[in-house]
Amino acid sequence: MGRLSGPRPADAPETAPVSTAAPPTDSVGIVAPCRAHFDDCLTLQCGVTLGGFDLVYETYGTLNAERSNAVLICHALSGNHHAAGFHTPDDAKPGWWDTCIGPGKPIDTERFFVVGVNNLGGCDGSTGPVSANPATGEPWGAAFPTVTVKDWVRTQAMLADRLGVHRFAAVIGGSLGGMQAMQWAIDYPDRIANAIVIAAPPKLSAQNIAFNEIARHAIQSDPDFLGGRYYEADKRPRRGLMLARMIGHVTYLSDDGMGTRFGRELKSGDIGSAQDVQFQVESYLHYQGTSFSEKFDANTYILMTRALDYFDPALEFDGDLVSAVAETNARFLILAFSSDWRFSPARSGEIVDALIAARKDVVSAVIDSPHGHDSFLIYNERYFEVLGGYLDEALRRLDT
Amino acid sequence: MRRDLEIIAALIKPGARVLDLGCGSGELLHHLAQEKGVNGYGVEKDAAAISACVAAGVNVIEHDLDDGLARFPDSSFDMVVMTETLQAVAEPSRLIDEMLRIGDECVVTFPNFGHWRCRAQLATSGRMPVARHLPHDWYSTPNIHLCTFRDFELLVNEKGLPIIERFVVNGDHEFQAHINRFPNLFGTTAFYRLGRAPL
Repeated sequence: MGRLSGPRPADAPETAPVSTAAPPTDSVGIVAPCRAHFDDCLTLQCGVTLGGFDLVYETYGTLNAERSNAVLICHALSGNHHAAGFHTPDDAKPGWWDTCIGPGKPIDTERFFVVGVNNLGGCDGSTGPVSANPATGEPWGAAFPTVTVKDWVRTQAMLADRLGVHRFAAVIGGSLGGMQAMQWAIDYPDRIANAIVIAAPPKLSAQNIAFNEIARHAIQSDPDFLGGRYYEADKRPRRGLMLARMIGHVTYLSDDGMGTRFGRELKSGDIGSAQDVQFQVESYLHYQGTSFSEKFDANTYILMTRALDYFDPALEFDGDLVSAVAETNARFLILAFSSDWRFSPARSGEIVDALIAARKDVVSAVIDSPHGHDSFLIYNERYFEVLGGYLDEALRRLDT
Repeated sequence: MRRDLEIIAALIKPGARVLDLGCGSGELLHHLAQEKGVNGYGVEKDAAAISACVAAGVNVIEHDLDDGLARFPDSSFDMVVMTETLQAVAEPSRLIDEMLRIGDECVVTFPNFGHWRCRAQLATSGRMPVARHLPHDWYSTPNIHLCTFRDFELLVNEKGLPIIERFVVNGDHEFQAHINRFPNLFGTTAFYRLGRAPL
């Protein structure tokens, strides 16, 4: 399976030139993924027990002698462990959050020990639907058990134990990654000093779930999906996955952002040309959908969207978010983006309000950005100033 | 620390829960956290001020006061503070009601439009006063609801709110005898500590 390089920043060129130059000086440089195998039996929230599992991860920077400077980066729907740097000098693109992670960047690898992990159920090396089911010897496929954000947090904590990290200076994530940061604060109150929750709601709305269901249905209706057993037939539901991703991308951008970027520009300049793709925005969606369908696993996509849908940390507390965060000890940074309608600032505000009601330390900011939900991946002066400033202060606090 | 913030800090009990509306760079909350173990939150809409709060480790919520305070529950704070902001909000009267819904008490400070310099400028030149404590031209001022101390007290009386304490100071935030005799003429800034209307 091809390596996933994460969501493409919305303003990157569609075909990046292959570079043979040395990585830029603010890059973590060439990095290599590591694999951790766990023999432990893991009973998932759904009740299914895995006999063991692998997690693939990367680290950047150095763990200090006090082991107090570790930061965990949680990925979103289509991300993975490769958050920063390059795997080879020829890589066209760096890790998915390279804009934010590196020497002198907001998540400064000269001061923090940064851990990126591919979540359980992923398709970039960690145990997931692509892996062999020990009971059958065949790939799990759609039979891979349902995995929740809580399960991910638990396995991330097991990885932290393996790395000798008892307490993270910060757990950071955007979108689905932000939900993991929040779950960390709830499930491991003494193992996380700061929870940085970016562009994430406390749970999905019916509309959010509806978009996910359309994406799943697109995949499942593809004749090549074969009930999720497409590996054995040497097929892949590319058309379905492409459609799922196209729908996703519409929800990741804003109307204004799309208007600015694509407007109503025709691809060829002529109305009614024989071309399949007529408007620039179509070209963008086709490119995104096609490239994604070639590198991402359809069963993992379904699994990840399910994890999104099920996320609701308040559920165990009679639906009361204030009670859910009552025992947390982390300080929170909650960031949202003005044009994000998938997970709007108002949804982030629900988390902020619950934290205030529970008398927890919290900083919240709404960053003005035209890029919709994708904003969390894109450089923005104020976004980076707040995030970097918060982490600077967090480090000073940890040192004293 | 800013002298006016020192005056306010002295009014706050150790360990109190404080909400600071228009908290600026978070100076008051930082001081209260260090000196009095106060668990507080600032509310601010200015990006540079929010960054300053972040750097100081102050809890700050990005929020525009003109969007109301419905997100804060009843009686969730001991004290709600608002310095030099009342005159710049869209609905000052409603905001005072909201402050005392959220907090048991509130402290409000604002510049006095009844200061003798303002009166003299308006009377002699026939133009909108510009003074050290009111430095903007009429067309660019953020101060859209200016009032005098007397105006404010009339509103407070109408609402039936008890004035627990009142301090009036000059432009350097100093107390002076002549100000106390004629506060609405010589006072630049007033600090009103208000309680809830008795049931």
